[in-house]
Amino acid sequence: MTAVITKHSILNPDGTLVKGAKPKVGDELLLEMLRWMLMSRIYDERAIALQRQGKYGVFSPALGQEASVVGSAMALDPARDWIVPQYRELMAVVRHGYPLERVAANGMGRISDASRIPDGVNVLPNQVALAAQLPHATGLAWGLKLQKKDSVVMTYVGDGGSSEGDFHEALNLAGVMRAPVVFFLQNNQWAISTPSRRQTATPSFALRAAGYGFPGVTVDGNDVLAVYEVATEAVQRARAGDGPTLIESLTYRMSFHNTTDNPSLYEDPKEREEAKRRDPIERVIKHLAKRGLWGSEIDRETRASVRAEIDAALERAATFPAAEPGQLFEHVYAELPERVRKQRAEFLGES
Amino acid sequence: MSQRNIIEAINNAIDEEMKRDPRVMVLGLDVGKLGGVFRATSGLLDKHGPERVVDTPLAEASIVGASLGLAISGMVPVAEIQFLGFTAQGFHQIGPQLAKYRARSRGRYHCQVTIRAPFGGGITSPEFHSDAVEAQFVQSPGIKIVMPSNAYDAKGLLLEAIRDPDPVLYCEPDRLYRLGRMEVPDEDYTVPFGKAAVIREGDDITLVAWSAAVELCTRAADQLAAEGISATVVDLRTLVPFDVETLVGAVAKTGRCVVVHEAPLSAGFGAEVVATLANEAFYDLDAPIARVCAYDVPYPAGSFEAWYLPSVERVVAAARSTASR
Repeated sequence: MTAVITKHSILNPDGTLVKGAKPKVGDELLLEMLRWMLMSRIYDERAIALQRQGKYGVFSPALGQEASVVGSAMALDPARDWIVPQYRELMAVVRHGYPLERVAANGMGRISDASRIPDGVNVLPNQVALAAQLPHATGLAWGLKLQKKDSVVMTYVGDGGSSEGDFHEALNLAGVMRAPVVFFLQNNQWAISTPSRRQTATPSFALRAAGYGFPGVTVDGNDVLAVYEVATEAVQRARAGDGPTLIESLTYRMSFHNTTDNPSLYEDPKEREEAKRRDPIERVIKHLAKRGLWGSEIDRETRASVRAEIDAALERAATFPAAEPGQLFEHVYAELPERVRKQRAEFLGES
Repeated sequence: MSQRNIIEAINNAIDEEMKRDPRVMVLGLDVGKLGGVFRATSGLLDKHGPERVVDTPLAEASIVGASLGLAISGMVPVAEIQFLGFTAQGFHQIGPQLAKYRARSRGRYHCQVTIRAPFGGGITSPEFHSDAVEAQFVQSPGIKIVMPSNAYDAKGLLLEAIRDPDPVLYCEPDRLYRLGRMEVPDEDYTVPFGKAAVIREGDDITLVAWSAAVELCTRAADQLAAEGISATVVDLRTLVPFDVETLVGAVAKTGRCVVVHEAPLSAGFGAEVVATLANEAFYDLDAPIARVCAYDVPYPAGSFEAWYLPSVERVVAAARSTASR
């Protein structure tokens, strides 16, 4: 059986519009998307540099996946919608309201109540037990629906994470409950060193949606306009009560898995070169330039303002409270059981 | 006040709490029309409707994982895992996720989730249905582990569990579900966590147990009394929190102790009890502490069950031997 997969795309890699495509995104919104994508790219560069200097923990960049991350997140309304992340969607949660300085403080090991997700920001913690976040997203969406809230949950997973049992259980339950959730699968072609063809024998991850009774969509994940459109459609579907959507965003991880990884051991350099020709940021810049909306001056100004914003966030992050021994015992229970209280007292030298 | 068995006490607790708190909902396999394979949720679908009493797909990880998400949305889920042995299929959502979510979010989120799970041997159920794996969860800080042994506690501990802001694994002794009835108040009451019950006081030896093994110890204590050995029986009620004070107090008084559980001997929670007593009651002990547990072999088929599980005879023999040392 060969399935027909239609890949949604609007912008060609050279910045021209795909024949017949009519973008629904206005210029102002597109410029905002580009700025967020630049934030993601430049923050990645800064965080990697800081990690190399021993000032930042293990870091997983979103390099190459900026259109996926930004285009999907911008389809959400932070006031009522929720993000249940995996871990490679940093600017999605920042755009949703988790301040960059807090995210950076966590990255620097300055983890405390000051760096946690603020009250009122509808974001769940990062998840590295892959796909474990998906049942949470389904439950959250189901609960919001039970309470007649007008909210949608967007959750992220990768091509690797899709092989986990939780992927199946979460999507199946979401289909049965018609939960208002969007499963955004970033197929970045790699699970650390394992290529996506090792995760499935089918030609597409989006096909799996058929088994759960809801639509599966494939989109060019390096095309922010296309990602935004399919994500917006999925969010509207969920909000209208029509249930979940699985979006497979075809992209490419243009960097290492994380700062401990060495892709030269497994990645064909030609693949990376080919991916660079499909760079999600360059594509938007070329498109805007062709239309006279981008040039060297605005490029310089935007990058400078993004850098200044990131620098300010990093500076503030460095002043966040450093780790304290007593924090080990915080937030384990609402009230520490007696036995653990004693351990705490012993550890802190009280008695 | 009504006479209730454990299953009726559980049903009554959930029903009352669903009336009191509109956020409370029940989910799991067969919890709706069937009322659960043991009928613990019998009648709740008719009383509270299909949005609050939900038959889920057969998938333990998503029953637990979705409960976490439901709790964050503002609901108070009471999930049923049909048998505790089946938590293996959802363990990663219990220990690493549910138990740690408060800590992982540095207190931004907490999970007011109760997982109910029948367990234990003696009813010749099929493979994996009887496994007493409660100690596995003790190694996952953040979740409370509740092991009622009678109908009064079953209601009071369950109401406490559902209202606890932290996740609770509530393990039900299926062998005792319908063994007998006792006075269980109709009104609202809770039994606090971390308070062991001294259900019988004696002078010669202390029998320590939880869940169905408490019933076993009570019968053993009757036999021992006939032999002139007077036994205290301590029901721990909850493993997390662990009431060290009551335990140490009871053992210090008798100087001798036998710990009884249905889980295999090695690294069962009994090991924690013994280690704690070795540390905190050392100078009060007159004899080595004995343990009567299941053997370190897989839970066998029903026809072998009586040999595998701790029995009144084994408890009496261990107590007799410990009392005479």
